[in-house]
Amino acid sequence: MNRDDALLAYVLRLGDNALILSQRMIEFVAAYPELEEELANANFALDYIGQARMFYTYAGELEGNGRNEDDLAFLREEREFRNVLLLEQPNGHFGDAIARLVLFEHFYLLQLQALADCSDSRIVGIAARAEKELRYHVRHNAQWLVRLGDGTGESHERAQASIDELWRFTGEMFAPDEVDNVFEAEFDGPDLARLKDAWHANLAALLDEATLEMPEDAWMASGGKEGRHSEHLGYMLAEMQYLQRMYPGADW
Amino acid sequence: MVTLGISREQILEWLGRIADPEIPVLTITDLGIVRGVTVGDDVVVELTPTYSGCPATEVIEQSVIDTLHEHGIESVRIERVLSPPWTTDWISPEGRDKLRDYGIAPPAEGGSKRELLHGAHAIACPRCTSTNTAVVSEFGSTACKASYKCNDCLEPFEYFKCL
Repeated sequence: MNRDDALLAYVLRLGDNALILSQRMIEFVAAYPELEEELANANFALDYIGQARMFYTYAGELEGNGRNEDDLAFLREEREFRNVLLLEQPNGHFGDAIARLVLFEHFYLLQLQALADCSDSRIVGIAARAEKELRYHVRHNAQWLVRLGDGTGESHERAQASIDELWRFTGEMFAPDEVDNVFEAEFDGPDLARLKDAWHANLAALLDEATLEMPEDAWMASGGKEGRHSEHLGYMLAEMQYLQRMYPGADW
Repeated sequence: MVTLGISREQILEWLGRIADPEIPVLTITDLGIVRGVTVGDDVVVELTPTYSGCPATEVIEQSVIDTLHEHGIESVRIERVLSPPWTTDWISPEGRDKLRDYGIAPPAEGGSKRELLHGAHAIACPRCTSTNTAVVSEFGSTACKASYKCNDCLEPFEYFKCL
């Protein structure tokens, strides 16, 4: 794989992660138990939409076929999406949503910090902006995990079950493939082994504070980064892409 | 050429009258998002987004184009500059005063410093200046604001978060 292909593939993955997670978060809008969380969730989802737009715009330019952010978001099929499987899993309950955010955002914050030092100036610009936004996310969602884990007997049990259930989707974030390796070598990109060590240490401290157990690494699901998804993504895309597919070129 | 004879300073003065759509007491130059103006065959205005997902970004870009068109400049190009990312430290001293007068506590300075993001900072009430205040919600009506209340004058107020 040459460096141009790796760059495009890497930027698309970043955009897809941001878009698919934001879509899952948007499903929860107007369903949160209290107003502060409603605002937090909507604001955080908006950060991700903004990041997805910047990554997609850049990916469209790199691709050079005239596709814009909307084309990439709304007119690609399931197999063309490159988000990790963790982000397309159904929302479940509030504890599941918080567990997903904690597991992913502890990774994504480290990834953005590493990308802010890579050699592609456009990615540096997007990552430096997004990194500051993610610090708010990580702090807020960590507080919730502690509140749930160290809360009542039931909230503790359910938070532990959420972490255990989603754990099998965390391996994919750190398993380097050709795109990751070429991007790291050619653009001074993130070293996923180092990211995993830092993620593990940060998460261990948080889980400890939340009185939760860190699961053992066992079999890990993968395939999202190559476009092999769980059944859930197709349903998401059907809803998300409905309008643009029914009314091609719809605008307002 | 239409733009001939129009100075950069004149253009900046026009831009300095464009209000932010979400916080209309601030102009886009108060906010510090105008990164550069180049006058050549066309006028190039460099703007930087605040938050990645800020819905005001496109509105502001269109306002810049409309304003310059009204002044007879037909060829306007907007360039989005991402690096270095915007920080609340770029809000001008006048902008901070305007925010306070409007009832929004201005962001603590030094927003790029990590500790300020972690909230160990007393926010002064924009009405009575008391620092005996408490956070009600870290999130407010827009991505850039948090909700506070003053324990002395008992008024709720918004705080423009550090970024």
